[in-house]
Amino acid sequence: MTSTAASRNLTTAPAVDGSGDRPSGPVLRIRGLTVQYRTRRGPVPAIQDVDLDIAAGETVALVGESGSGKTTTALAVTGLLATTAEITAGSIHWQGQDLLALGRRARRAVSGIGIGLVPQDPTVSLNPVKRIGDQVAEVLLIHKVARKAEAREIAVEALRSAGIDHPEVRARQFPHELSGGMRQRVLIAIALVGRPALLVADEPTSALDVTVQRQILDSISDLITEHHTGMLLVTHDLGVAADRADRVVVMTGGRIVEQGPTGQILSRPEHPYTRSLLEAAPSLRTSGIGSIRRRVGSSTTAPILHAEHLVKSFPAPGVGHHGIRAVDDVSFALHPGRTLGLVGESGSGKSTSARLALRLVEPTGGTVRFDGQDITGLSAGRLRVVRRRFQLVQQNPYASLNPRWSVAQLIGEPLRSYGESATVARERAVELLDLVGLPTDFEHRRPAELSGGQRQRIAIARALALRPDVVVLDEPVSALDVRVQAQILQLLVDLQDELGVAYLFISHDLAVIRQISDDVAVLRGGRVVETGSTEAVFTDPHHAYTRTLLEAIPGRGRV
Amino acid sequence: MGRYVLGRLGQAVLVLWAAWTVSFVILYALPGDAVEVRLGAAASDITPEQIAALQADYGLDQPWFTQYLTQLGHALTGDLGRSFENGQSVTSLLLENLPATAALAGLALILAVVFGGGLAVLANGVRFRWLSRALLNLPALGVAVPGFWVGLMLLQLFSFRIELFPAIGNDGFSSLVLPAITLAIPTSAVIAQILAKSLHSSLGEPWSDTARAKGAGSVRVLFRHALRNAALPTLTITGLLVGQLLSGAVVAETVFSRTGLGRLTATSVSAQDTPVVQGLVLFGALVFVLTNLAVDLLYPLLDRRTLQRSTRRVARPAPVEVS
Repeated sequence: MTSTAASRNLTTAPAVDGSGDRPSGPVLRIRGLTVQYRTRRGPVPAIQDVDLDIAAGETVALVGESGSGKTTTALAVTGLLATTAEITAGSIHWQGQDLLALGRRARRAVSGIGIGLVPQDPTVSLNPVKRIGDQVAEVLLIHKVARKAEAREIAVEALRSAGIDHPEVRARQFPHELSGGMRQRVLIAIALVGRPALLVADEPTSALDVTVQRQILDSISDLITEHHTGMLLVTHDLGVAADRADRVVVMTGGRIVEQGPTGQILSRPEHPYTRSLLEAAPSLRTSGIGSIRRRVGSSTTAPILHAEHLVKSFPAPGVGHHGIRAVDDVSFALHPGRTLGLVGESGSGKSTSARLALRLVEPTGGTVRFDGQDITGLSAGRLRVVRRRFQLVQQNPYASLNPRWSVAQLIGEPLRSYGESATVARERAVELLDLVGLPTDFEHRRPAELSGGQRQRIAIARALALRPDVVVLDEPVSALDVRVQAQILQLLVDLQDELGVAYLFISHDLAVIRQISDDVAVLRGGRVVETGSTEAVFTDPHHAYTRTLLEAIPGRGRV
Repeated sequence: MGRYVLGRLGQAVLVLWAAWTVSFVILYALPGDAVEVRLGAAASDITPEQIAALQADYGLDQPWFTQYLTQLGHALTGDLGRSFENGQSVTSLLLENLPATAALAGLALILAVVFGGGLAVLANGVRFRWLSRALLNLPALGVAVPGFWVGLMLLQLFSFRIELFPAIGNDGFSSLVLPAITLAIPTSAVIAQILAKSLHSSLGEPWSDTARAKGAGSVRVLFRHALRNAALPTLTITGLLVGQLLSGAVVAETVFSRTGLGRLTATSVSAQDTPVVQGLVLFGALVFVLTNLAVDLLYPLLDRRTLQRSTRRVARPAPVEVS
């Protein structure tokens, strides 16, 4: 155990703030940090020459896209770098102590009690077979700052201050009994129970719904303010950085390109990369992509896809005869050439609603009309004929493309399954590649050779192969970086202008919905709570829930 | 919990009935009358009337469904018929041979869990990559090498060269060691493979990183966090492997000339002693069903999520949303 960690008097007074003992100067001081990964093709640099300071009580946001090196930086600070990573130069000083010079054991003594970590995805970051109270108490037991019974009490208090209701009861529960937001609170309790001088939060809310996201960030802010904890906040979301950070550090390609006070970075960005990030950030944009487009569809024509009173219930014991209603009386109309956004948080029924409309899931009640024809009771064979005209683009382009197929095979598959010859399918695949803005020589590539954005373009090309009237886009940009997101959204708008296709666009992200949709339906608990034109819903929301959602968008009102 | 146990019990009974029925159908469909087989070469000296009398005695003159129902009725009361070979009751034959095989399989299972588990933990715990890789290659070897060959090699080395253990027979613990090792090797190899793989993926899970971020050392992460999670798939496989131990006993008991259920299986199959074979099939199924029932009941104690999954079958079509 290091002298600093031991000097903090945790055992006797868990509620007392230990910050008084801390030496002045930065909590974290990184100089010239360079990390590379060993691969079969030789070393690959991950970050180069990173300089970063965090003062006590200061929050520094480390912003960048995937592959920018922000996570590698955070891992280096927490000591969790993969075994293939190698720190080739630089230093990391925590409370004046050189972490890289410490031996294994001494380094471990800093983890957990000197530096806390709030990880990215709360659903997989807690041990599924251990009670949450024990998982919090473990920090104190590892560092021998409390005995078992005492550690358990402190753990309950830590859970309480992290915003967990009935912490005595919750402490005896297992992770699967808690929601994602609650689990993140448990992880916050784990990170802060040892009163660390530094908190590293690696995308702490990316996996959470927007309203939960705000509550969690509020909790972290309160706790670190109370204990004067320094925080390294790693995020891809400039909105989150804008709301929470004192300073912003922008990384790209493994290097820091710009850093400074949050206000200055947001209002007067100097580096072109920072400017492009700001322009692409959906929540910080004032105008939507839609404002530059030529309007194709009109809401006065007959709807191409019309869902009326859709109901889907799933059996569940103890909930009565009808079970749980995932979708409860949902109606919407999609007009040719227009975009309808279905927005809601997880569990709101937005994905199920869209799947019901496509008859990928059989509805318990209600009707679906496609181009005037009732398709609710259609036989499999007849449905197949209609299916040609509506296609689906899924959320995760990493999982929705068969990794063993070439790009031409992937795009041509719908054509071949509807009886076109291999030659025709290939020719059309090449045309479609061009249409979605990819070089035609991509036809021989496999998904593994493509980036996330390129994969999603392939998925879009595949959906358009049969020249459908309707494309359902299920969170099509959620897995993508913000600048790639903007490009894909622009592509979708351009394609709509060119082809007149109608989109049913599902997203949890209001900012994205605002950019692309003509009309919006807000879902909550399987019901539509508000519907109308995008402009009306965003500027004059009628339902309280819509207002809550809008207020929870990070970065709102900063620019 | 009650519903969970009842459901598992119901499944167990169903599996037993199915195993018994399938073995009945197969043995019934086999060519060659059991009475003729039993009489063997002497059949020519016996009058057709005597054969018919014998067949009537065993109920073999009845239509197949009558035979099926009668035998099923008897089986339910614990009467598995009599051996064609020596007329001894099948139940008593099974019970007579059970202790030797139970001791053999039991010791083999313990050895398999200890060695297989130890190897898996070691392979994931060592800091040197080359050593870890070398250890991880051992199980493949253990699965690939045939059991009878291992038995013969062990005999050669420990019974004939250094005369540490007796070569054959059922004479006390020392006679148990070599056949148990023979039997344990393929089983421990499978356990090692499964556990090593699960441990490896558990150690790569984000919650293992959470533990490391708390300041937990590699030993703590391995034993306190990863092992319990990794034990779950291994437990399932171990339940299935108990069945394999019984079939392995056929080889081990033959090679080491031990009496037991394995030998009984070998002799009664070659003699086409239908009631005994069927009794053995039923016994094998019973052991299999009981171990898997035990595994199923142990599971929720290790992982509470199993209980929830089985009692609350809620379809969750909405995908986890990632931003």
